[in-house]
Amino acid sequence: MEDRVVGIDLGTTNSLVAYMASGPSLAQPDAPGKGVFIIPGEDGLNLVPSVVALDLDNQMLIGNDAREALLKSPDRAVYSVKRLMGRGVEDVQAELKLFPFHLAEDLVPGEVLRIHLGERTYTPPEISAHILRQLKRNAERFFGATVKQAVITVPAYFNDAQRQATKDAGRIAGLEVLRLVNEPTAASLAYGLDKKQNGTIAVYDFGGGTFDISILKLQDGIFEVVATNGDTHLGGDDIDNLLIAVAVQDIAGDLGVDVRQYPDAVQRLRRAVIEAKIALSSRDTADIQVELPEGKLYQRRITREMFEQMVQPIVDRTLEPCRKALKDAGLTASQVDEVVLVGGSTRIPLVRRQVEALFARKPHTELNPDEVVALGAAVQANILAGGSDETKDMLLLDVTPLSLGIEALGGVTAVIIQRNSTIPASATEHFTTGVDGQVSVAIHVLQGERELAKDCRSLARFDLKGIPPMPAGLPRIEVRFLIDANGILHVSAREQRSGKEAKIEVQPSYGLTDDQVEKMILDSYDNAESDMLERLLIEARNEAQTILAALVKSRSSEAWKMLSITEQRKVDELESKLRLAMSGDDHNSIQWAIDELNKATMHLAELMMDAAVGSALKGKTMESADVGEGPTAPHPIGKAEFS
Amino acid sequence: MSEKSTGVVNSGLKPEAKKGSDSALQVMNGEHHPHQCWSCGDMRAEHFCGACGHVQPAEPTDFFSFFGLPRKLELDEAALERGFYALSRKLHPDVYSRASAKEQAWSLEKTSQLNDAYRTLKDPISRTEYLLMLEGIQLDEQSKKATEKARASGAEKKQSVPPELLEEAFELNMMLEEAKMGGVDKDLRAQLTATREDLTARLNTMQDELRGAWKRWDSGDSGATARMVDVLNRRSYLCNLVRDIDEVLS
Repeated sequence: MEDRVVGIDLGTTNSLVAYMASGPSLAQPDAPGKGVFIIPGEDGLNLVPSVVALDLDNQMLIGNDAREALLKSPDRAVYSVKRLMGRGVEDVQAELKLFPFHLAEDLVPGEVLRIHLGERTYTPPEISAHILRQLKRNAERFFGATVKQAVITVPAYFNDAQRQATKDAGRIAGLEVLRLVNEPTAASLAYGLDKKQNGTIAVYDFGGGTFDISILKLQDGIFEVVATNGDTHLGGDDIDNLLIAVAVQDIAGDLGVDVRQYPDAVQRLRRAVIEAKIALSSRDTADIQVELPEGKLYQRRITREMFEQMVQPIVDRTLEPCRKALKDAGLTASQVDEVVLVGGSTRIPLVRRQVEALFARKPHTELNPDEVVALGAAVQANILAGGSDETKDMLLLDVTPLSLGIEALGGVTAVIIQRNSTIPASATEHFTTGVDGQVSVAIHVLQGERELAKDCRSLARFDLKGIPPMPAGLPRIEVRFLIDANGILHVSAREQRSGKEAKIEVQPSYGLTDDQVEKMILDSYDNAESDMLERLLIEARNEAQTILAALVKSRSSEAWKMLSITEQRKVDELESKLRLAMSGDDHNSIQWAIDELNKATMHLAELMMDAAVGSALKGKTMESADVGEGPTAPHPIGKAEFS
Repeated sequence: MSEKSTGVVNSGLKPEAKKGSDSALQVMNGEHHPHQCWSCGDMRAEHFCGACGHVQPAEPTDFFSFFGLPRKLELDEAALERGFYALSRKLHPDVYSRASAKEQAWSLEKTSQLNDAYRTLKDPISRTEYLLMLEGIQLDEQSKKATEKARASGAEKKQSVPPELLEEAFELNMMLEEAKMGGVDKDLRAQLTATREDLTARLNTMQDELRGAWKRWDSGDSGATARMVDVLNRRSYLCNLVRDIDEVLS
């Protein structure tokens, strides 16, 4: 059987993994979602919070467990790491004031960030890889088979460095990333499965950390993005931070406490305002109550009106990208046939009203805004895996969100690929030398819409090397820039007079080099192995404890006395062997001792069972028949939910 | 999908590739130059092989030839779009995600050519500029490239003002200066808006002039290129003026 390709939504706040069955064999006959579904975690929940934490035993916790740990020891947890993907230390100064990120102290501008977590530092792709690995494990448990390939979604407005960082995270997690798909586009695929119709749709995607707007033209299964715009630093996080800031001021004024001194109180406050924000989507008031240090208590009632007044400026920031996207698409708001809402923040009634007012039509909310992107990623995964009846006519034509340029003389940006160009897209430029005998030419590649190079995003600096020495202006170096279907840039060069392939040394401005990624993959394997050994050891010890406790208890039972002396000696001997093994750290020898002890106590267990049945017949309780729990059964495969 | 030796019909063919029912596609794929398919040996392969569906090696080509179109400027934009969609379905990297590395590379290369070609040809102005470039004709100082070049070298851009615009451009520049000095009051705003409307009307007239030049070119009059250069230069001058007004008004 072909390898399964899963769809992953690697979100700022939550992450999900979804799958679309290719053939009728796996397709759920009663599923309205045409066989597309979210794969739940071991806890049965669809959403895996994008939080990674180290517990006190240095075990990596991911998801809901990590979210709990965040409340207790915020300094050992990382959330919203997506905000740091593909960014440098000078980009994130604003974030650092609002998020408890503990960056390594020795970072220099242009270097990939590293975040303290326990005794080590991790790059954002490594943190994201932990989340991806959890999703991979969830999928593997669901299928009972390994999962090696995935489609991962990214905000449409992610730049090259952010995309590359996401791809690196996939590789570190042991996933071959077949495609990066833009989140709003993925959402349109999920909606498109049910509604096979032609027309223009706008996808308004307001998530935890990012905002995207994409305008698509749908025609006979072709999903052609005509324009996209957005803000990679605008989302529910900003609303939370605003509410926290208001509360911090409030508390300082009313109670005279500077909450910012107490990270755990800030995290409790954070959770309380998030709960209030969510409650205000369905109710008119919400109460915030947070315990503060020194026995003080912060209580506040927020009305929806107050809330809307506070967050209005944030919601307003989404409207300008919408207008820009419409302008680039050459459309007016009224020419859009359908509007689709994606992302948790679109549950806020104010957001819905604003979108409805802008486009003068009621937006679609049929699919769960938290899940629709992952479902769309699964649809694209299905297409890449060869397709099925539902997807055979579907094709996604996406665009590059930002113009690609090179720094020209005088520090200005010369655009070579316009934003909103359908990808893959390419451009060919010619360069020459300025000095006789010059053998290399430096090229600075930029992404962005600003006229000056310094205001654009620096993507990479290239040195075209190995140019044969010639008089100035004579070499003719052709450089080809190609943006692939993932929105990632590739560069190749050739000196045309000599026909020589010019060598390029790519220095990504904010990316990991291939060698670094390879090393992280190896590190993660090493760690994965020691992580696994550690887990096996803990499990074996736990199992041994259970058995030994039951054995101690059984010694005072009637059944013990019914054993022969030889049997008793054998059990005693194996008991001490097990205790000895437990003091070591080899899970295999513990497991062996457990098995031996189990075999030796089989007769004892039978006798106790008989006694229990006998006493039950006499009307006694079965309490004394406790023979221990034995190893816990492996978790059964979780039942899929269909939306 | 693995590579198959030449001459063997590939059994992993995509059934829809055989049908060829899309008329737009046949036009687009038909006027290219046929060659032998590397995979199945069929002699009529174009961007992809009609017999086995496999993508063919990418090669440098101009955008008109890529679509199998003659170098003409009047073109049916709806048919171009149909051709673009049909070729996308055959060439897009999505279709080759499980194919050999070689085919994936060709698919990527061909699709980028397809997208670049479609983007250039669907827009009347960029289509005209592209044809002029193919014919080796340089546009004047107002062209976008020239503007960027001038900006890069720090040189003052030469502004050859179209004669019929001399007076209006002069007045407009006065207004823009005034706006920069003292802000935009109601009167000035009304004047600028009126000027903008006038300029937009002139731009629309230019579309017709351009179409007239296209007709001459398409019927074999190579002298039409001079007319096109003239229209495009005046047009880009006008566009710059409109942009300046928009900047001040916003």
